[in-house]
Amino acid sequence: MRSFSYERATSIEAALQAAARNVDARFIAGGTNLLDLMKLEIEKPSHLIDVNGLGLDTIEKSPEGGLRIGALVRNTDLAADETVRRDYGLLSRALVAGASGQLRNKATTAGNLLQRTRCPYFYDPNQACNKRQPGSGCSAFGGVTRQLGVIGVSEACLATQPSDMAVAMRALDAVVETRGASGAKRSIPIGDFHRLPGDTPHIETELEPGELITGVVLPPPVGGKQIYRKVRDRASYAFALVSVGAVIHPDGSGQVAVGGVAHKPWRVEDAETELSKGARAMSAVLMEGARPTEQNKFKISLVERTLEAVLKEARE
Amino acid sequence: MQFDKPATTNPIDRLKVVGKPIHRIDGELKTTGRAIYAYEWHDPNMRYAYGYPVGSAIAKGHVTSIDSVAANNAPGVLGVVTTLDVGDLQKGKLNTAKLFGGSEIQHYHQAVAVVVAETFEQARAAAHLVQVEYAPEKGRFDLRVELVNAGAPDPSTEPESSAGDFQTAFAAAPVTLDAEYTTPDQSHSMMEPHASIAAWNGDEVTIWTSSQMIDWWRTDLATTLGVDKEKVHLMSPFIGGGFGGKLFLRADAVLAAFAAKSVGRPVKVALPRPMMMNNTTHRPATIQRIRIGAEKDGRITAIAHESWSGDLLGGGPETAVMQTRLLYAGANRMTAMKLAVLDLPEGNAMRAPGEAPGLMALEIAIDEMAETLGMDPIAFRITNDTQVDPENPERPFSQRDLIGCLKLGATKFGWDEREKPATRREGDWMIGIGVAAAFRNNLVMPSGARVKLDRNGVVTVETDMTDIGTGSYTIIAQTAAEMMGVAMDKVAVHLGDSRFPVSAGSGGQFGANSATSGVYAACVKLREAVASKLGFNSADVVFDNGEARSGNRVIALAEAAGEDGLVGEDTMEWGDLTKTHQQSTFGAHFVEVGVDIATGETRIRRMLAVCAAGRILNPITARSQVIGAMTMGAGGALSEELAVDTRHGFFVNHDLAGYEVPVHADIPHQEVIFMDETDPYSSPMKAKGIGELGLCGVSAAIANAIYNATGVRVRHYPITLDKLIGGLPEVA
Repeated sequence: MRSFSYERATSIEAALQAAARNVDARFIAGGTNLLDLMKLEIEKPSHLIDVNGLGLDTIEKSPEGGLRIGALVRNTDLAADETVRRDYGLLSRALVAGASGQLRNKATTAGNLLQRTRCPYFYDPNQACNKRQPGSGCSAFGGVTRQLGVIGVSEACLATQPSDMAVAMRALDAVVETRGASGAKRSIPIGDFHRLPGDTPHIETELEPGELITGVVLPPPVGGKQIYRKVRDRASYAFALVSVGAVIHPDGSGQVAVGGVAHKPWRVEDAETELSKGARAMSAVLMEGARPTEQNKFKISLVERTLEAVLKEARE
Repeated sequence: MQFDKPATTNPIDRLKVVGKPIHRIDGELKTTGRAIYAYEWHDPNMRYAYGYPVGSAIAKGHVTSIDSVAANNAPGVLGVVTTLDVGDLQKGKLNTAKLFGGSEIQHYHQAVAVVVAETFEQARAAAHLVQVEYAPEKGRFDLRVELVNAGAPDPSTEPESSAGDFQTAFAAAPVTLDAEYTTPDQSHSMMEPHASIAAWNGDEVTIWTSSQMIDWWRTDLATTLGVDKEKVHLMSPFIGGGFGGKLFLRADAVLAAFAAKSVGRPVKVALPRPMMMNNTTHRPATIQRIRIGAEKDGRITAIAHESWSGDLLGGGPETAVMQTRLLYAGANRMTAMKLAVLDLPEGNAMRAPGEAPGLMALEIAIDEMAETLGMDPIAFRITNDTQVDPENPERPFSQRDLIGCLKLGATKFGWDEREKPATRREGDWMIGIGVAAAFRNNLVMPSGARVKLDRNGVVTVETDMTDIGTGSYTIIAQTAAEMMGVAMDKVAVHLGDSRFPVSAGSGGQFGANSATSGVYAACVKLREAVASKLGFNSADVVFDNGEARSGNRVIALAEAAGEDGLVGEDTMEWGDLTKTHQQSTFGAHFVEVGVDIATGETRIRRMLAVCAAGRILNPITARSQVIGAMTMGAGGALSEELAVDTRHGFFVNHDLAGYEVPVHADIPHQEVIFMDETDPYSSPMKAKGIGELGLCGVSAAIANAIYNATGVRVRHYPITLDKLIGGLPEVA
């Protein structure tokens, strides 16, 4: 970990100004991912702007009848919120499937969206990684890839986005609210928030330099059966091999996002028109164009099988 | 004391203290955070500096240059010691890979430098500034590819054995199996990382470290530092797990010693978790071929077990065929081990080396064979039980109750509820149960102790034995209390210090039996000293209730000790009873699993181990050993695998996020039953090892339960869902 300076921002404006002054700065909230990466010198900010004092830690009804979740609401609090549990069960279930109780107590809504990949080659500074060092190459390509992405991947990067929460938010059509360096407000649909790797896997989100997430807005409740199914090698404290977040309505229609397969929560709205025909039909469209490796091609059938289990649960 | 005749009745048989379920005497220290582990020693009079290691970025080749100018100039840095600075060092004789010194790189994350600073954070930051240039060389990293180059290991490893004529008998057998099984590289991943503090005083060095084997470390550290062994003082009173990963001297101790010498201050060095998997040792992967031929009635007529593994040049094989030499009958048999040179990190002992991966394969093969024969797998095992060493039938087992373990376990577990493969369902869970035999040889090692009796009647035991979380403190105290006839609260135990008599140490499940036998021997000497001082005939003295009694004379031990106290010291040495009798431990593992019909996720529902391992010295600590071992077996069956990057030659998942050991949620229910037995051939304690037996066979029992649940036979560990879902029913 390199030496860094640290300040506590007392207002959104002050935080934005501090970020504008220092291009190497990072915002820090829970720090559950950032500090680990700093210890390994994968992240090397010269300045940390602590945003924990900005408020932004409330959950309130939005004017449209949805829910506005402050950027700093802790994962534990969000998962336990009465309205979330009642109207957005998918989100609550996804949250408690992630990490551990201790981590969820610290981790925030915005930080969870910004957690970085768990690709082992990204975590080993001796290995080439286009995320860590653009243009250095991807050592995962041709290496150990069982956990890595199968769709939307590029030759520059096979990484997956590891968040469970983001998968639920994708299925729920959340919108990320931000303030730009100039102070301007922006609303980014969750589907546009995370990027595919392409040739620039180090650019993981649509956020501009110095842009701050202030909250996430969920649309009005959509009802339906809300199911989060996370598939992993051990029963707890493991990242998803595949996860399925779904809202299934009584008429068989629904919204489905998949985790563990791509550089972003994977959702293809067109595939959802196939839902009534079953998991196989929907998966075929959802995973069309997948480019798995020999080691992770099982994820293709695992998506289909897990989706089928989710649909079965929804029917029960 | 020489143990060369079977034990007869002795003071241990009173069982007033030994054999009782006594909680750990060091438990309160541990639960209150007052047990001091290696890195945490803190003497306020010492100004500790902190060393942070730098690991090699390549797997094979040479270091051509190291630029440490920037690191040296970084804030708080006191010095940088590089592998080039210290030059070639004499390697300890128990290490295969060198730990530090010289330009040659033998494996990934080999230590190439240590940066020393005023604080840990400064040392870590500066470590990233060390610029190392390498001349990489092509290495051999893929066991499968190197099979063609595998040869016979060193003859001292006894790589081959045979009896009868396997080939002919196998060819003639009406029912046969010929299958390949693989086990992956595994990591010890103990809780406490390797850590050491070194402090020099003139030409003498004191090392606080985390070591299973004090004398091995002391000897090899002296060799590596080029100093006389008497100049090295090693202390390791508390150890946060080892599993074999702390048997041999490790780089943290060497780096701390060089760093402390360089900066003239005591230096602390811990291996960062992401460096542990590649810097230290691991259990090597194996490829195993098993062939079994049997008559239709289930009697094995031919059995062969071959195993291939790899290691650095000069290393040894994973001895995965050893149990097959002894576990089942059969007149015609052969075993063979082949060793390939690999440039991966050093392969070496991990809990139950040999038997653990060997039984992972053999006990699936036995399950498969039973099915082919149409026999119950327990009946098949009982049919092929042997009470003698099948390769040398004149050698009987000293004790062998595998059948008892299987039968009792079957009753307790509800084995008769087992159904045909892939028939039992509970909702979306496919349910199955499986069994495997447990087998691990009982090893003994010379073990010394010193026992003091003071004027307060307190008995103090000193031995360099270690307690790696196993309960050594407690069973040693129980032994001394029993022998001297005092209560547990009158016994103090001091361990893990090289100033104490050399003990067995902790490894090979020989620690408990050997070390308590050493304490027994020292207590016999102390009893003689008490008798002699009191003018008693030592054969007639009864030690009980804090007193020595002879006839109608009763003298309190405190009084007997007098102002100067009394001392007994001895080492237990072992005769040839292990040659005339095969000494092994036995057990049976039973497991019930559920496999999700859609996702193929396996979740364990319950586990039972029944163990026959001689006298159980303390059922609480013994149970703790076994349930920990069962947990390790669950990891080995379901998730643990060091994934090899065969291009760059390293274990990729080198942290605890990537190397998945079981978590609490994976282990819902465990039961352990100990058979009530004693083995007079093993030692005066009549005890045997238990800590490794508990692991042996667990993974195969899980594999067999998965087969029973799903009808899918997986022969390649770990049994992850990707190996199952292709064989599960269609769901869509």
